[in-house]
Amino acid sequence: MFTQLLRRNRKLFTAPVRYFRPTQTLNNKFDIFVDGKPITVDSSYTIFQACHEAGVTIPRFCYHERLAVAGNCRMCLVEVEGAPKPVASCAMNVMPNMKVNTKSETTKVARGGVLEFLLANHPLDCPICDQGGECDLQDISQVYGYQESRFNEYKRAVEDKYLGPIIRTVMNRCIHCTRCIRFTEQVAGEHTLGTTGRGNYTEIGTYVEALVTNELSANAVDLCPVGALTHLPYTFVARPWELKSVYSIDVLDGMGSAIEVNYRGGELMRILPRVHEEINLEWISDKTRHAFDGLKKQRLSFPILKTPGGDIKELKWEEAMDIMRDQFDQVSGDEIAGFVGKLADLESTLAFRDLLHRLGCEHVESSSIAPKLNANLRSEYLFNSTIPGVEDADYVLMVGSNIRTEAPLLCSRIRSRVDEHGLEVGIVGYAPNLKHRYSHHGTTTDTLKEIADGSHPAFEKLREAKRPMVIVSSHALSRDDGEAILNNIKAIAESTNVINHEERWNGMNVLHNDIGRVGALDLGIQPYSGKDNIKNKKLVYLLAADEFREEDIPEDAFVIYQGHNGDKGANFADLVLPGSSYLEKHGSYVNMDGRTQIGRKAVTAPALAREDWTILRALSEELGAPLPYDSIEELRSRMSDLAPHLIKYDALESSGFEDLVVKNKRGSSEMNGTTFEDPIDNFYMTDSISRNSQVMARCSKEFNPKKFTNFKEPDIDFAGR
Amino acid sequence: MSFSRTYGNLQDQDRIFTNLYRDGDPFIDGALKRGDWHKTKDIVLNGDDWIIDQIKASGLRGRGGAGFPSGLKYSFMPKVSDGRPSYLVINADESEPGTCKDREIMRHDPHKLIEGALCVGVSMRAKAAYIYIRGEFWYEYNCLERAISEAYERGLIGKNACGTGYDFDVHVVHGAGAYICGEETGLIESLEGKQGKPRMKPPFPANAGLYGCPTTVTNVETVAVCPTILRRTPEWFASFGRKNNAGTKLFAVSGHVNNPGVFEEEMSIPLRELIEKHCGGVTGGWDNLKAIIPGGSSVPLLPKRICDDVLMDFDALRDVRSGLGTAAVIVMDKSTDVIAAIHRLSKFYAHESCGQCTPCREGTSWMEDMLGRMRKGNADFAEIDMLEELSYQIEGHTICALGDAAAWPVQGLIRHFRHEMEDRIEDYKAENPERGQRAKVSHLPEHH
Repeated sequence: MFTQLLRRNRKLFTAPVRYFRPTQTLNNKFDIFVDGKPITVDSSYTIFQACHEAGVTIPRFCYHERLAVAGNCRMCLVEVEGAPKPVASCAMNVMPNMKVNTKSETTKVARGGVLEFLLANHPLDCPICDQGGECDLQDISQVYGYQESRFNEYKRAVEDKYLGPIIRTVMNRCIHCTRCIRFTEQVAGEHTLGTTGRGNYTEIGTYVEALVTNELSANAVDLCPVGALTHLPYTFVARPWELKSVYSIDVLDGMGSAIEVNYRGGELMRILPRVHEEINLEWISDKTRHAFDGLKKQRLSFPILKTPGGDIKELKWEEAMDIMRDQFDQVSGDEIAGFVGKLADLESTLAFRDLLHRLGCEHVESSSIAPKLNANLRSEYLFNSTIPGVEDADYVLMVGSNIRTEAPLLCSRIRSRVDEHGLEVGIVGYAPNLKHRYSHHGTTTDTLKEIADGSHPAFEKLREAKRPMVIVSSHALSRDDGEAILNNIKAIAESTNVINHEERWNGMNVLHNDIGRVGALDLGIQPYSGKDNIKNKKLVYLLAADEFREEDIPEDAFVIYQGHNGDKGANFADLVLPGSSYLEKHGSYVNMDGRTQIGRKAVTAPALAREDWTILRALSEELGAPLPYDSIEELRSRMSDLAPHLIKYDALESSGFEDLVVKNKRGSSEMNGTTFEDPIDNFYMTDSISRNSQVMARCSKEFNPKKFTNFKEPDIDFAGR
Repeated sequence: MSFSRTYGNLQDQDRIFTNLYRDGDPFIDGALKRGDWHKTKDIVLNGDDWIIDQIKASGLRGRGGAGFPSGLKYSFMPKVSDGRPSYLVINADESEPGTCKDREIMRHDPHKLIEGALCVGVSMRAKAAYIYIRGEFWYEYNCLERAISEAYERGLIGKNACGTGYDFDVHVVHGAGAYICGEETGLIESLEGKQGKPRMKPPFPANAGLYGCPTTVTNVETVAVCPTILRRTPEWFASFGRKNNAGTKLFAVSGHVNNPGVFEEEMSIPLRELIEKHCGGVTGGWDNLKAIIPGGSSVPLLPKRICDDVLMDFDALRDVRSGLGTAAVIVMDKSTDVIAAIHRLSKFYAHESCGQCTPCREGTSWMEDMLGRMRKGNADFAEIDMLEELSYQIEGHTICALGDAAAWPVQGLIRHFRHEMEDRIEDYKAENPERGQRAKVSHLPEHH
């Protein structure tokens, strides 16, 4: 299974990656000749794509599969028989019987010339360049370049720009491919970068000093073919050939983006995106990429006991187990409450649930800010249209959501639909700066009410659309009137095309912010049932739960926190057990559209910290209720008994019963008429990892000083490093 | 090639631009007196195909520099609209050093241009014409604006233009003064309000140009001669000049001549006759001539021995590896430092390169730097070959033709004045003996 998955991911990583939408292919195939060999291609292909298909590599700098064609680097020039001069293969469409020569002298001379021009003003200081070893210009020069320089003039010098705490610039190295500009405009939707000046004095920059503030900005660095843009936090940290990598997934938002984790020895070095067409394409958010330095700060590396006097005592595992045995012995199963946090993986959640059930405790719930969703029917709590389903939608209504901070990559998908295909988007709730067109219907639940009873124009839109989407944020559903909001959305779905059987369309979507939430619901863990149900509890066990209401937990209860970072939970607990973070354990997660994916271990957790499910397994032994699995495979086998889809990795299963979900309304439908707040106060600090990250602290400070809520100033001056 | 007849000696009755020197009123009254807007209604009512056939039969070639057959170019526009409107864009961004013919038309005969815009616009079923005028042409901009408002007032353009039932608008757009905005796709970008950076072709503007709609970009002079051709028959126009080089042409002569100016003459007039008859000859006599750039700054220069008998038309100049370009003749007598002259042109192209694509952005300034050294002689003999190689590395490898235009003057210099460059280097070496010789570095294969 493991190797199979790895192989599949590799394939995704190296397969021909131009993302074709069905409307782009013209289904008109013919033959062309690449270096004399015939190949049948679609008429929508460019010469570049045809050559790629024929297995011929064409060097390029400006061309990128997911960005508009610029055709300005001229590196991909090839000779086409009959054409008076070499043509830019990235921009020229194929024609029947076209004869392309990629190995001819004309092609070679054209490439060599372009490369010589590129290198003319490019500093030849690869040994001190951060891109060294993974530089397109370096690699391509090696293969297609000339041996010797004949540039005897003075080189151009360009002032470096300050673009924020994520992107470091060395503008002397810029080759003006404009990938960064096209990325920020077309994918991130921000018009901050551009060219100024003319000719040799062309500069990439922001014209007036400005920061690149979008949540995806670091991807522009990945796109940079040279060392002009590099990751500021990663400056001079490691060389690519020193790094080992592991393919894993991200847990800091609900998307579960595919990532590649680079580490050296036992230390995490960086996180890069991996291609996953149905989730993140090939981008990741800045938080996903840079928040991991929070794993090097404020770590829980020893079991810790808080003494009644307020002192902190480091324990050995044996001592911790003894204390826990004592505490569990003092209480009955009814007096125990377990809470599962947002970053918990499936394995530890299941072990946690099994353990508490064995002890006679039925009170295992999601921690208190979880959305009020019922675990009984899967289509109630999934992002049912799926993430690529955005491409099929013809109307989108967002409720209580700021998709830009909740799921920046989904936002980017929606934006490209809006910009290129005129998708209409309506918003009820907080009006965020989404950088694409949308109509704002209202800020309060009253508007939602109007839409639900059909008196609002947006209702007509939903009825006329064939495949409308309603996206409700999990934050909106975690309000006190969350159930009522959900009931109103179900009412909308009942009377419009949101569930359209003809089109096989289910457009009722919950936008989950937490990776652990769907998995917990899949394992039958219900949302927080309220203060009244825990007021008699004597022992509270928090599994990676940092988001709870302190005031709800009884004062005399003994609180155990199991997690990896010092945050609210660890601060509050009486006993702290050091667990592992997502990069330090094998664990599976279910993302918001119900896709199970495996996260893999890159490094070992520090000191005495252990993988979470093994802590629970050891505890069960101590408590005389041993769990029936000794390895992660056995644990997963138990998981498949409960929910078979949880071990079908990277697959989507239709959940069905959508009509039942829509009819099944729980509780009152009366909403409290208040406004929907901005669901995420600070994008850069949403969980225990990012709150401990210095890079994220710096980002919050620079990008939105008003929302800077961290407890300490970063002590490293990144810009001066 | 037939030498049985000679060219030149254009008679006054055959001149198209009869107010070139502002002998009369440039505006509507004078224009009507000169015969502009005469029977324009009949021309328009003859229909688009008729106009295109007439222009094709006249053998008119684009006057903007490339010399593409105009009738053919106009016929590329879609016959049946797919819902998008078609546009005519008139390129009045006359920025080529040495060229000033369009300026004279817009100053002194603006109605010829506006009438032409209507005729050509009708031929391509365009809804509107945009005249993109160079930023520095403020006076000409005002002239055109005045002429257009006159034409609107008299119902010659606008709704029901000339009473034909055809609606046609003409707008003047003022550029900001960049050479590259004279390139057709750069001009379209600039017209749309973006940076004037040329687009990739294909798609050609006839498919997707201004605002993504079918567009033809064409030169002022080409448009302005069309009404006269349509009135006086294409046979009349084709009777001038050699085969494939039909018509009369505005020649702009500048530099070391006694009377520089703009003249209308027959195509294929011998260069020497053009200069001696209209410009009072080269300063100091024909023998004092050193070189001539026959078609605006972007074509290679010609030394005196070629200038002696070359004809001024597209084909003859192409045969001597130069070009007619915009027919802006720049004359240089023996007092000229020809290396410095080409260095100045090189500097112009380096300054005006839009910076979008690599060979032009890097190559033009590299050539400028090298020529700057060669002007003083501070170079090696081998670097002359290298410079030539660089120019070929730029030529044909860029998005637009600015790369070619920057390369050609340098190639012309090396082709015809290599001895002078070598002498300069030799002199410099004699004065600076401490300077060593650089080894020759060439990246081209032997036989290239």
